[in-house]
Amino acid sequence: MAQLINARPSRRAALALGAAPFVIIAIAYANASASRLAANARDNLLPSVFAMYEGVKRIGGAIDPHSGLCVFLADTLSSLERLTIGLGLAALIGLTVGIALGLFPLVRATFSPFVAVVSIIPPFALLPIILISMGLGEASKIFLIVIGIAPFIARDIATRTQEIPVEVLIKAQTLGASTYLIVKTIVLPQMLPRLLESVRVGLGSAWLFLLAGEAIASQSGLGYRIFLVRRYMAMDVIIPYVLWITLLAFTLDYVLKRGAEYMGPWIYANRANP
Amino acid sequence: MSAIDVQSLGVEVGNQWILRGINLTVERGSFCAITGPSGSGKSTFLRLLLGQLRPAEGRVLLEGAPMPDHPTPDRGVVFQNYSVFAHRTALDNILLGLKFKHAPRTGWVFGDALRGLRDRAMRALADVGLEKAAQKYPHELSGGMCQRLAIAQAMIARPKLLLLDEPFGALDPTNRTQLQLLVRDLWRNTGATIVMVTHDEAEAQTLATKLLRFEPCRESGHTRIRIQTPPSVSIGTPAMRALDRGTIAPKRRKQKRKARNRR
Repeated sequence: MAQLINARPSRRAALALGAAPFVIIAIAYANASASRLAANARDNLLPSVFAMYEGVKRIGGAIDPHSGLCVFLADTLSSLERLTIGLGLAALIGLTVGIALGLFPLVRATFSPFVAVVSIIPPFALLPIILISMGLGEASKIFLIVIGIAPFIARDIATRTQEIPVEVLIKAQTLGASTYLIVKTIVLPQMLPRLLESVRVGLGSAWLFLLAGEAIASQSGLGYRIFLVRRYMAMDVIIPYVLWITLLAFTLDYVLKRGAEYMGPWIYANRANP
Repeated sequence: MSAIDVQSLGVEVGNQWILRGINLTVERGSFCAITGPSGSGKSTFLRLLLGQLRPAEGRVLLEGAPMPDHPTPDRGVVFQNYSVFAHRTALDNILLGLKFKHAPRTGWVFGDALRGLRDRAMRALADVGLEKAAQKYPHELSGGMCQRLAIAQAMIARPKLLLLDEPFGALDPTNRTQLQLLVRDLWRNTGATIVMVTHDEAEAQTLATKLLRFEPCRESGHTRIRIQTPPSVSIGTPAMRALDRGTIAPKRRKQKRKARNRR
């Protein structure tokens, strides 16, 4: 009797199996949508693909008075701007704090408990404080992303830094490297691909904080738009926006993954002799 | 003056004496092998010589001066694993040591100076037979090649004392013999003092001019050290020995040929 754990799909079968859930969901949606629309042509809970296209054209195609761009593009650009600035700041802070925590025992002894506590504070609980102190502008939405994922990145990078074999650090010292040179030539280059991995893991939370921030206090952005049109139950706009957000998130994830592989080929190679 | 002078040394790790009452000297230019069962304190002793550990009692003199209590460029090291920088190519691994020495503050070297250092690094790679692997990353090298790289990298800093911590422990017999020959040639050519920890009795017997046997002593609980001078035995199989006799000559011939070709 063949064991289930040994049954492996061929390459083509794996492709077909991977596509199956998407196809099933699409067919199920199309069926449900068609049957609801047959009963009531004005139903807007499960809009048809054509209706979604029309919905995005109606809402997203309008010209945004602030930027002069169409709303869909303006929403996308302002969301991506907040996300990349927030992620960039969080990565920079996380990298600096993480390497300091991981490499210097004195810094670790001083700040490790503090960072551990800060990373436990739920960022949403801080949102009222952020809104009161920083106002409703861009700064508060970016700060929510930074406070949300920078502590996580810092702790991750600290762990990764501590995983650098002590032999490597000793070898560098026997070659005459100062602490500054060890950080610059050994630790930092070894941590950059790890940072991309870390940002990649934090990406999900970053989107969450972005959309939440936009839903609460904003005049533009993908999150603002879907929460705005929720009032009219405009599923024909919300669903394509969600698909678009998913595509953006997927692309960003993929870029970070390939970036990490490009920057750190030695990490991902099957190495027998490091 | 001796290379290493250990005076009534005691090393404590976590409230336990690993070594105590140790007195020994290692003469300059000698090849000293340390053997002994696991847990006898061989590696602890090596870490002490590196400056990774500090003695709880007694003192260690390097060339007559008190040993710095942190790793410095006068002591090179090759570990069994993780001896090279995984994120740099073979050439860059060597070059990094030269850059540290050339520009100890910034590590920045440009133009002609950089070209000079790169030539030196290439020669160092050629000395250990890695000239073809210059642009490869350590994970693309075999275990033996990695250790060759580690040795070249340690020697580029011209340490007075080279510490080897079971450097060939993970290698197959052929690779091991080749690397033993390489290390012995380096030792003869540079005149550096070498201290090598090894599990391999035959390796210790064939390479060393001085043999330190670490033996845990039942009564006191501390390690006793027996010092021996092994008879000089040549390394490896008859074929290897034949190769060994020719090690210096063919290389020179090759270099001459290369020089001629360049012209």
